[in-house]
Amino acid sequence: MITYENVAKIFGSGPESVTALKDISFEIEKGNLVIFLGPSGCGKTTLLRLTNRLITLSRGTITVNGQDVMKADPVKLRQSMGYAIQQIGLFPNKTIADNISTVPRLLGWDRNKIKERVDELLAMVQLEPAAFRDRFPAELSGGQQQRIGVARCLAANPDILLMDEPFGAIDPINREEIQNEFLRLQRKLKKTIAFVTHDIHEAIKMGDKIAIFQDGKLVQYDKPEIILAQPKNQYIADFVGADRALKVLGLLRVEEVMDRSPSNVVDGDTPADQALRLLEDKGFRHLVVLRRGRAIGYVHPRQLKQETSPVKDLAIDYPVRVDEDMALRDVISFMLMHDMRVLAVMDGDGNFSGTVTYDRIQKRILEMYAGEEEKKPAKDRE
Amino acid sequence: MEVINYMVNNAARCFQLTLEHLWIVGVACTLAILIGVPIGVAITRSKSLASKVLNTANIFMTTPSIALFGIMIPILSPFGHGLGQVPAIVALVLYSQLPIIRNTYVAIMNVPPELVDAGKGLGMSSWRRLREVEIPLAIPVIIAGLRTAAVMSIGIAAIAAYIGAGGLGVLIQQGIGRAYAPMILSGAILVSVLAIFVDGFMALLERLVTPKGIKVGRRMRHG
Repeated sequence: MITYENVAKIFGSGPESVTALKDISFEIEKGNLVIFLGPSGCGKTTLLRLTNRLITLSRGTITVNGQDVMKADPVKLRQSMGYAIQQIGLFPNKTIADNISTVPRLLGWDRNKIKERVDELLAMVQLEPAAFRDRFPAELSGGQQQRIGVARCLAANPDILLMDEPFGAIDPINREEIQNEFLRLQRKLKKTIAFVTHDIHEAIKMGDKIAIFQDGKLVQYDKPEIILAQPKNQYIADFVGADRALKVLGLLRVEEVMDRSPSNVVDGDTPADQALRLLEDKGFRHLVVLRRGRAIGYVHPRQLKQETSPVKDLAIDYPVRVDEDMALRDVISFMLMHDMRVLAVMDGDGNFSGTVTYDRIQKRILEMYAGEEEKKPAKDRE
Repeated sequence: MEVINYMVNNAARCFQLTLEHLWIVGVACTLAILIGVPIGVAITRSKSLASKVLNTANIFMTTPSIALFGIMIPILSPFGHGLGQVPAIVALVLYSQLPIIRNTYVAIMNVPPELVDAGKGLGMSSWRRLREVEIPLAIPVIIAGLRTAAVMSIGIAAIAAYIGAGGLGVLIQQGIGRAYAPMILSGAILVSVLAIFVDGFMALLERLVTPKGIKVGRRMRHG
């Protein structure tokens, strides 16, 4: 846990002094990944660097796991936290293994334990230990180096990680991948992380909570869904962008809006005329065709006219496979591309588990933006 | 032709003087590193001190060598070393300080800031950072400074014959005294050959001390 209490930082003194941070108070709970977000010069990196005393606090208190950082020995304090930066900063004269084991060596671990740990970490960041441990940073691609940077900051298994745009230096495709990998790791490791970025997409994707800074002040500290749905002021609304409804869709999962017991389903063996009657009676425009618990396709009224064979022979395949944990943003995209308002959802075993409809997604969005009268925070993502 | 004859006929003397020359330069350079590198490292921690130290080293560098040898005489005479090898070595050490201190300073200041930041942030002490990162990265440049100093010292040491330090300068000095050109030329040629040889050796040393990871990086960049 990291607590910031009335933290202020002033660079220089007298008339030329610059106030980088004013009266910041908030708390990063244990096991949370908190994003420090804002444009350059807003103080987010300064706050990060105050946390491990790379720069010295002017006023206020920062406590890390109950300890006042200003009373700690700076070198020991830093060894107890992981640290990763945008420029990566791998030591070019050292092998990958030596780079990763920087902190364990500082802590005096024995050689075998270090060797094991290095291999474990390489595997953790998806790099083959035997192929990488004896190479030098210059032989690795940017994405690989960034992975080593992450491995290095995890090396001594610290509870707390400080990361300053750790994925900032790689191309968008690799960044996406390494972000996903890191999130997967974090779900397992549950570290307490302060993560600086200026990329709103990264913030929304990675953050359990987001702290948005402006001119050295903390403007809003909330879950990403709430920041997107209820930005505190125009600055934040502008910063998160006009497409914030779409960004919210990126955070919501199918399981949050799906209909788990839809009535517009039909067994595959039902004859077409009977299915057509069902459609017309209930006023449906779409029937999900099921066979042995799986959705094998769908039928619509026009298609069933003049037909008598079982619907399983007439069903049209769904163009895409929708899983329960898929982001609604992707679902909406499919719906737009394939001109469909209903899609069948599958559970982990591939069995039919319900439907997701355009109307339900829209309703969910409207709820989120309904404003004050319905200020119910969105469900946790986990 | 006469020059070669002279060298062949006086091979033993030439060899002995060459060794003496090498000895003076070798001792001076060793002392110069032992003094210069720590100073160069120390001044990276203070900008104002750095400019003072570098300016002082510059003054020594720009003093004409014959004058510096002259100044050594009254300063070292009270210790019984006004003439001979001691003042020569002291002067050479002073001359060598600028290239060694400057290269050490510049090399350490040029260590990429993100490496310093990463080192600090991971909890390396300042000493540890110096030992594991800054010095290994700086060492090729430091050796390049030493190379300059060594080659320069070989030339200057020839003049030290005038204060009785011995070395190949003796051939030149005595050759001038006797107006005997082959002797002067022998001294001059041997000094040059020695300088070329030492320069080549230092280049090799430079390559040997470059960390493997840096060499790999260079190769990757240049294909």
